[in-house]
Amino acid sequence: MVNQKMTSMQRVLTTLGHQEPDRVPLFLLLTMHGAKELGLTIKEYFSKAEYVAEGQLRMREKYSNDCLYGFFYAPVEIEAWGGDVIYHDDGPPNSGNPFVINPAMINNLKIPEVKDAPCLIKVFEAIRLMKKEIGDEAPIIGVVMSPFSLPVMQLGFEAYLELIYNEPELFKRLMAVNQQFCIEWANAQLEAGATAICYFDPVSSPTIIPRDLYLKTGYLVARQTIGKIKGPTATHMASGIALPILDDLAETGTGAVGVSAVEDLRKLKQVSSGKLSLIGNLNGLEMIHWSREEAERAVKEAIARAAAGGGFILSDNHGEIPYQVPDEVLLAIAEAVRTHGNYPLKM
Amino acid sequence: MAKLVDDFREALLSSDTETAAAILAEYLVSKRVLDFVEEVVVKTLDQIGDGWEKGEYALSQVYMSGRICEDLLEKVLPDESGLRKGRQKIAIALLNDYHALGKRIVYAVLRAGGFQLIDYGRVEAEELVRRVKEDQIETLLISVLMLSSALQVKEVVKSLSFHHNKVKIVVGGAPFRLDRKLWQEVGADAVGFTASEALHLVSQLEGGSNNG
Repeated sequence: MVNQKMTSMQRVLTTLGHQEPDRVPLFLLLTMHGAKELGLTIKEYFSKAEYVAEGQLRMREKYSNDCLYGFFYAPVEIEAWGGDVIYHDDGPPNSGNPFVINPAMINNLKIPEVKDAPCLIKVFEAIRLMKKEIGDEAPIIGVVMSPFSLPVMQLGFEAYLELIYNEPELFKRLMAVNQQFCIEWANAQLEAGATAICYFDPVSSPTIIPRDLYLKTGYLVARQTIGKIKGPTATHMASGIALPILDDLAETGTGAVGVSAVEDLRKLKQVSSGKLSLIGNLNGLEMIHWSREEAERAVKEAIARAAAGGGFILSDNHGEIPYQVPDEVLLAIAEAVRTHGNYPLKM
Repeated sequence: MAKLVDDFREALLSSDTETAAAILAEYLVSKRVLDFVEEVVVKTLDQIGDGWEKGEYALSQVYMSGRICEDLLEKVLPDESGLRKGRQKIAIALLNDYHALGKRIVYAVLRAGGFQLIDYGRVEAEELVRRVKEDQIETLLISVLMLSSALQVKEVVKSLSFHHNKVKIVVGGAPFRLDRKLWQEVGADAVGFTASEALHLVSQLEGGSNNG
């Protein structure tokens, strides 16, 4: 298979099978840039499934991207739970004030019907439209917030940390309702045509909680939840570190992990090799100021550190590239992968 | 003293409020509360902040440690005691951003460090400028998580400079940690990569110096 031109799907599946494809797959996890492509504001862009599908298809063409990204914005789930979404002109929509204002409210939380929530229906529709166009040529990545990380938006980060430490019964109840929602939401995206699910779980990162606490909380939740998602999953740490828990992550049943720019890809690869594929770890914030040469250097370095033997997808470190990153930088990244990412590697 | 700091740190890292309170109570039998702040609290929070920077400790431990110290100190060092530091007028704000954890940690650490400060909560750039002028703030700490919010610090700096305001602006948050030149780009006077760095910066500004 080496050196023969593969489809994006073949390229990605080969690397996830820990084999070398024709070249290193590139996942440019672009969300808001689709609005620029279509000449819309971010709010307008996310108002229609057709816009997001069109934006993703155009960006795949423009940047030789090896995936389509079904991700709208993190608080789309919060919208389904009845919370607020705040739009910005130059950044991703945020969740507004937490809607669980008192931990006791957890006992009465009603799980949204994923197939009836207009904001989620829009996501399913965008995935369907993308699938219709792309078929099996390239994977479509669906996205869920992990049941363990979603409460940051439901309760606010401080209240959630205090719940984890001080309210074990309410924490357990919250995980139960969130798990049910997450599984239904993930499986509905797979039914709509998503190839795999990216399970965003930054709170499980040792950046946020210590490993011993993770093993009693986020790890157990991930094992139970991922086991019920009817498709492949990748866990994303959204800029949080992963090295101290890589073996634990592999045990949750996930196939790949999105890793941080602050970690050494070579060390990560040593531990993950044959067990987990790595997705990362270009620094999305520094990307804003990169010259073409800096972009090329960063791509070459990441490939040299982690691409040998497959099990590697070049991507950013956060799972969402900032709106401010210029098209020229994205084009330079794409070109550098085409130049330096061909197997067998020459570095 | 090293053992006291070690014991206090271990209590905080494992969220053991009772042991932390017992260590404080024993200390206060023979010494003053402000000495505890300097000799134990600040040193311990420094170690925990450094440990987080190195990836040894987690953010939840930084947060819980700050909160426990804040609560312990509120009881023995209330605002009305007149003992709190804050010769300058200090305020902290979350700039047009809904990610409040970082600000909460810095607030807790500064309170635990014996400072008195005003918490503006979440504010838009324009409102922040108005309140800084009205309250005659001399040191302003701005916390953000979103890049778009970090970039708005520029507006705040520009507007305050336009009004010849001399407030010193200290920024902190993920965008500044991931892009180490960003704080200069937005025109801040200093950046704190951890809460304890913010504490030291505020202490230095109280002393009249500014090491960004």
